[in-house]
Amino acid sequence: MSLTSQDIDRIANLARLELKPEESERMLAQINGFFGIVEAMQAVDTSGVQPLAHPVAAIQDIALRLREDVVSEPNNREANQRSAPAVERGLFLVPKVIE
Amino acid sequence: MTTLHDLTVAELAQGLKAKSFSATEVAQHFVARAQADTSGSFLAVNPEATLAQAKASDARIATGQAGALEGVPLGHKDIFVTKDFPTTAGSKMLEGYRSPFDATLVRRLAEAGMVTVGKLSCDEFAMGSANENSAYGVVKNPWDTSRVPGGSSGGSAAAIAARVVPAATGTDTGGSIRQPASFCGITGIKPTYGRASRYGMIAYASSLDQGGPMARTAEDCALLLSAMCGPDPDRDSTSLDVPAEDFTASLGADLKGLRIGIPNEFFGEGLAADVRAAVDSALVELAKQGATLVPISLPRTELSIPVYYIIAPAEASSNLSRFDGVKFGHRAKDYTDLESMYKKSRAEGFGSEVKRRIMTGTYVLSHGYYDAYYLQAQKIRRMIADDFQNAFKDCDVIAGPVAPSVAWKLGENANDPVADYLADIFTLPASLAGLPGMSVPAGFGAHNMPVGLQLIGNYFKEAQLLNVAHRLQQATDFHLQKPAGV
Repeated sequence: MSLTSQDIDRIANLARLELKPEESERMLAQINGFFGIVEAMQAVDTSGVQPLAHPVAAIQDIALRLREDVVSEPNNREANQRSAPAVERGLFLVPKVIE
Repeated sequence: MTTLHDLTVAELAQGLKAKSFSATEVAQHFVARAQADTSGSFLAVNPEATLAQAKASDARIATGQAGALEGVPLGHKDIFVTKDFPTTAGSKMLEGYRSPFDATLVRRLAEAGMVTVGKLSCDEFAMGSANENSAYGVVKNPWDTSRVPGGSSGGSAAAIAARVVPAATGTDTGGSIRQPASFCGITGIKPTYGRASRYGMIAYASSLDQGGPMARTAEDCALLLSAMCGPDPDRDSTSLDVPAEDFTASLGADLKGLRIGIPNEFFGEGLAADVRAAVDSALVELAKQGATLVPISLPRTELSIPVYYIIAPAEASSNLSRFDGVKFGHRAKDYTDLESMYKKSRAEGFGSEVKRRIMTGTYVLSHGYYDAYYLQAQKIRRMIADDFQNAFKDCDVIAGPVAPSVAWKLGENANDPVADYLADIFTLPASLAGLPGMSVPAGFGAHNMPVGLQLIGNYFKEAQLLNVAHRLQQATDFHLQKPAGV
């Protein structure tokens, strides 16, 4: 199967990426080129195979750990906001969300 | 006369402890080398911070509180966040970003006494195999400056090969420690997934990303890895409860009786003759030392390419959604509303390979395609991991080439991203299985470019890999050679 330019527009919107027309066109060709090598995957019989998320789960049970629900971090707001594009009175500034 | 930059990590550590030179002298020497470097390896230095760290090391040495690697300098791949240096991940998205904290591995190496010289270039968000996807320019391979250093830890590998730093951190998602180590003629190891903390490593593909050391010798890698490993239970939920280990303890052990598995899929027609010759001669050397070479099969080697390039972009598309121009990173100047701010900020901040992977990942995770692509890839991933366990019934260690060829020319694959993907074929299987893997210099191929031997071990067998590499280095001098002009 091949993607179309409409697919590229839809995916770019989902990914919140603005693509220039020539960029979209190149992306379409390159992603379709890549999916050429993905086809080999579809022929593999994986019935009954459990997906592997944590690789070491291939040999032992892996359970996600939960830490104690306690305060572990000091207030470090100034350092944490130092690299923010726009901050006012300790708050992150974004464009108006509700008209 | 041997200069400081010709010394290994082990030799520097010893000289510092014996007070043959001070940490400050060492730091000054390496900062000067980093500042004079023209390969593009360094993205940031901060002499003031480096010298302050060195001064603290000298104080600890004077009072007998020296750590195992006290005063030894290193560079960090720019994917590790650092308080004292800016962190960009090779992306315009993070230009000028200053982290409020140090990554766990940065902190652990500092606790062992190491002094940071600077930050090293990498492919943008570690996505690439040639370091050509960095937003801050290419890195030249010191063995031939018209060639790539490999990627994504290309700055780390090139800086070590050019003796600008004796060691560095790298990260390996699909081969990003092993392949640049091979291309630059140095040694690097990716430990078992989960053994070294990912906290503060800017995430690309969380189920694959693994940090590790790069240096000139296996012994040096063992020294650094000993300081890096160990659980990080409160910071990294995938960190394994496996204790730290002294990886130097078994260096030098006899190879008699060791069974080395040779996967026939790694020696097919895609492998360049010069690489094959170097790898074969390294295997002959290991056999001479008493190891037995056993033919094995990893039947799904080729499938690892589509499986990896589905899973990694899927995870990347999720991880990179945090770059939205709000809390950190680039924000576009002109936008109309929140959504256009997201779209424009991401369009301007990300480079083309990152956008391609975000698009691929978003697509394979989207409604209607998840089962056919992402889930299918994760199932084949288990089959690939099982293939390794079958192979390890007949052997202790697996060996083969790291990459099908020596380092290629800068710009050679610029318009063909799939060509770079295909060249990852020998490193992807161990990545998908989460197994430890390393590259050790095995000789030189065409154009006198370095060739690495890849060693893959079973889970938690890093010490065994390092020992095989160490024994090879005891018998060969490939790791001692240096590029012209260095």
